[in-house]
Amino acid sequence: MPLTDRAGIFFLKENKMNKVISKALLTSAVSVAVVAGSVQAASITAVSWGGAYTKSQVEAYHKPWSAASGNTVVSEDYSGGLAEVKAQVEAGNVTWNLVDVELSDAVRGCDEGLFETIDASALPNGADGSSAADDFLPGTVTECAVGNIVWSTIFAYDGSKMSGVETMADFFDTAKFPGKRGLRKGPKPNLEMALMADGVPASEVYGLMNTEAGIQRAFDKLDTIRDSVIWWEAGAQPPQLLADGEVAMTTAYNGRIFNAVAAEGKPFVIVWDGQVWDLDLWVIPKGASNMAETLDFINFSTGTQALADQASWISYGPVRKSSAALVGSYHNQPDLDMAGHMPTAPENFKNALQNDFEFWADNQDQLNERFNAWLAK
Amino acid sequence: MSTKVELIEQDGISLKDKLAKATKTQKRRALLLTMPLVIFLLVSFVMPIGQMLWRSVNNPTVSNVVPNFAIAIQQWDGNGLPPESVIEVFVKDLVTAKSNRQIGKTVGNLATRINYDIPGSRSLFTSTARKAKKLKAPFKESLLKLNKKWGNPSLWLSLKRNSKDITPAFYLAAMDLKYDKQGNIVEADELYQIYMSNFIKTIKLSAIITAICIILAYPVSYVLSILPLRQSNLLMIFVLLPFWTSLLVRTTAWIAILQTQGIINDILVFLGFLSDDGRVQMIYNQTGTIIAMVHILLPFMVLPLYSVMKTISPTYMKAALSMGATKSYALRKVYLPLTLPGLGAGTLLVFILAIGYYITPALVGGEDGLLISNLIAYHIQKSLNWSLGAALGTILLVTVLALYWLYNKLIGIDNLKFG
Amino acid sequence: MTIFTREKVLGIAVLLVISICIFILLGSISPAISFFVLFLIPLYFMKPLPVFASKTDYLGHYIFVAICTFIFIFLITPVLIIIPLSFNAEPYFTFTQGMLSFDPSAFSTRWYEDIIYNGMVDPNGVKDWWNDMWNNAQWIRSARNSFFIATMSAVIATILGTIAALGLSRSEMPYRALITSLLISPMIVPLVITASGMFFFYSSINLAKTFTGLILAHVTLGIPFVIITVTATLSGFDRNLIKASQSLGAHSWTTFRRVIMPLIMPGMISGALFAFITSLDEIVAVIFLADVEQRTIPRQMFSGIREQISPTILAVASVLVLISIILLTVMELLRRRSERLRGVTPG
Repeated sequence: MPLTDRAGIFFLKENKMNKVISKALLTSAVSVAVVAGSVQAASITAVSWGGAYTKSQVEAYHKPWSAASGNTVVSEDYSGGLAEVKAQVEAGNVTWNLVDVELSDAVRGCDEGLFETIDASALPNGADGSSAADDFLPGTVTECAVGNIVWSTIFAYDGSKMSGVETMADFFDTAKFPGKRGLRKGPKPNLEMALMADGVPASEVYGLMNTEAGIQRAFDKLDTIRDSVIWWEAGAQPPQLLADGEVAMTTAYNGRIFNAVAAEGKPFVIVWDGQVWDLDLWVIPKGASNMAETLDFINFSTGTQALADQASWISYGPVRKSSAALVGSYHNQPDLDMAGHMPTAPENFKNALQNDFEFWADNQDQLNERFNAWLAK
Repeated sequence: MSTKVELIEQDGISLKDKLAKATKTQKRRALLLTMPLVIFLLVSFVMPIGQMLWRSVNNPTVSNVVPNFAIAIQQWDGNGLPPESVIEVFVKDLVTAKSNRQIGKTVGNLATRINYDIPGSRSLFTSTARKAKKLKAPFKESLLKLNKKWGNPSLWLSLKRNSKDITPAFYLAAMDLKYDKQGNIVEADELYQIYMSNFIKTIKLSAIITAICIILAYPVSYVLSILPLRQSNLLMIFVLLPFWTSLLVRTTAWIAILQTQGIINDILVFLGFLSDDGRVQMIYNQTGTIIAMVHILLPFMVLPLYSVMKTISPTYMKAALSMGATKSYALRKVYLPLTLPGLGAGTLLVFILAIGYYITPALVGGEDGLLISNLIAYHIQKSLNWSLGAALGTILLVTVLALYWLYNKLIGIDNLKFG
Repeated sequence: MTIFTREKVLGIAVLLVISICIFILLGSISPAISFFVLFLIPLYFMKPLPVFASKTDYLGHYIFVAICTFIFIFLITPVLIIIPLSFNAEPYFTFTQGMLSFDPSAFSTRWYEDIIYNGMVDPNGVKDWWNDMWNNAQWIRSARNSFFIATMSAVIATILGTIAALGLSRSEMPYRALITSLLISPMIVPLVITASGMFFFYSSINLAKTFTGLILAHVTLGIPFVIITVTATLSGFDRNLIKASQSLGAHSWTTFRRVIMPLIMPGMISGALFAFITSLDEIVAVIFLADVEQRTIPRQMFSGIREQISPTILAVASVLVLISIILLTVMELLRRRSERLRGVTPG
């Protein structure tokens, strides 16, 4: 008789121990049900990307704002994309109040009616007195979205295992620097990086990518290292791959690598040459509740001080010019100055490319299919 | 001459009628017992899937966003560019749509929909809509002056095609087909053919995994069924413990074990079978996927096999041996057929689970970890092309149902035992 | 048992020959020695075969035992390996150099502490600590949610499934094959299709992101298990008992409660357990349907792998493995005790 049947017979028999056990089970089941069903107080739900990035937001935005306003912020993780927002808005049952999205998602969602419009004139002035319109970097405030950080896809290597890696071309040079490479699974931003490694200056990359020849050239360049690539999908994987020694070099989000270095003391080195930078913005799903509190939160969290504060937890650049002066050191290491680790720091910004959201909004689907087909061969 | 005697009950009704009535009552009662569950499943299971099926053919975007144009373009014959009157309706509809922020009726929705057919048209639509108010008659000329891309006949053909509410376009895309410039159905460009080959790859992989599971599960179930209960229960823990451990945890454990710097490679180097540079790549490729998925699906094969083998009396084998059969012959002719119900149940279960799994391959499969379920989940969650995801899902569903029907024909659903 | 039976000497001799071949082939002594030692162990524990067994029977038997040993090790290793991994001082899923050389500083219980502290507002505070932990600690909340949802789905699935199985097992049931196929179909249809369909449908009726929706989804997924086990049990059920009970004047409900239910209880519990475990381990539907408030343990683990690599999931898994081991051991001990009480020699 199988083990599970025996369990059944055991539960069936009427003896004293059974009675005690069944009573205990019943009371614990009921108490669990009762306690689990207890309702939490209303608050705003802020959705972000998880890990060290969410932690920086919790410390720099959620906690100070909750303390000041008396409301609570519930933090939820997601891995990007508009599917959830679209489902909620279509159903008319929106539970998310605030979502941290990439620029391409912000524009696309706004065009498709998924977000509420935000009145940019209500944003507070910078701490240095400049108006919000002047203080925010160009392109960081749109019809439906208010920017918060500048982040970048870079590549990194383990400084204790190799040295002399300087440019994006070195990433694609498996002869000079043997070992596996980590790349994000998808065409973005690998195609741009491939072209830059092939010698295309940053200003010409997207012009070239609008042609079939350009795309083919990018795929050909990727073909040269194709056999040594380990494909990652989640932001937390590249530091793991480097720590395991699975890869010699990997692309990654700069904040995650910085955290591995600062918080865990890993000897990783970031190479800024050929970085592809992008923005993250706050958006409000259409039909969300608690609009007044949510807008108040946005005003607070995109204020000069809050943006400078988040920079002390993770190395993502504030989108307000006035925040640059207030950026200090890492939150628990006073001699680790954050300014030099920002994507926008002058010494890191020499060969940088801004992600072209229009290009990707148009071509994402098609290039994704092509990439998957290429990967499958 | 035969006399047919009809039995009549005391109250005047024939026995036959009474029996029929009683049988009908019994049938109704049996049916009634299953009704709560059937209704529940219809609501919580069949309806969602039905809705998804509907999504795969429902294509209301064009007629929602530019309704008048959708009607007007039907008059066009499809050659060259549409006439001035049709384009005028288009521009007017675009102006109305620009101010509309209701989801499903925005210009953005239209732009995204046409972008599936003609990549690059998304920004064309959104930028044109922004300037649409300023356009004056003759509209065809001013539209072309605004952006040359409006002179592309395929664009207008696509708009005409998509003005119909029901479309097979998503199924075509799911089968790597497309409409060419003339509107005929052709194979998609080779660079973009992904779905059918992926589908076949998924089925191949699932078949390999099922075969390996059968080979590994048979000895284990056999041992568990013949050992005395005391020992077999202890060994059963070896099977139940992985079964009860979370799938994610087991996958993570396999990553730690199979990495190039992981445990197996370390042990092999330590024992001298491998040199330090010659470590084997066992993860982030198909090998890793197979190993991890076999481990996860093995208990599903062991348990049905075990429950069936437990009911096989050992006297059958002894009888076969006593009549002169060799051990292998007796196994083939006597034992194997008796285990067929459990084998069938296990195979069906493992194969179908293997086709549907996408989390484990995504975590350990590397570039080979993209299976058809990944693509479906990708379209649902990332690209928001829900219709394409639904079309792919429907094709997968039809395949699985066909396999299930085949299983039913060969082995029979009534023989499903699960221990 | 005697160590050196003739067969075992034969087996050792064969092992020696193979080891020497390995030594010659690979050129180094360590693989040969390791192979020899490895395969000596099952040899020691094997029972002797009956007297009439032939030489090929012996060879077949040894190979069979070796294969089975390998498969059992294959099954259990990943589960056991997570326990030492969960004591890693660094937030990665690997054995660091420090751990392999048994350096005590490479080990820490920080992940076990993280189970309780993660999400708490003030982990070091004294006042309100229990309240804080019970309401805010993410893992504790996930555990509460998991057990609540699993219990409710198992109960509902068992009730609905048993009633349906009672109807299905009657011989006069019309459309039996069709309805059985319908009821089993949640197990057949790939999970991603079911989950995405439910995502759209439940969103449109405002059931997504609620406990109710998630429980309904899990009930749907657990029903096939209950149906299969209860119908299997009912297939061996003697219908005459029902007739006897009814002939003695029992109401249908009484018959069910006093005659049928006790006898099919093993099947019901079996199905309920399967449904419980399916719900406890279910991840895909939770990804699609659950909000942060309905997070279950697997969903939290998924977060711990993708969004923030956190070996806390290994700590949680170790705790769950420990609970499972204790549960299984207790059940086995109770079984042996009941056998002893009944005077039956253990089989």
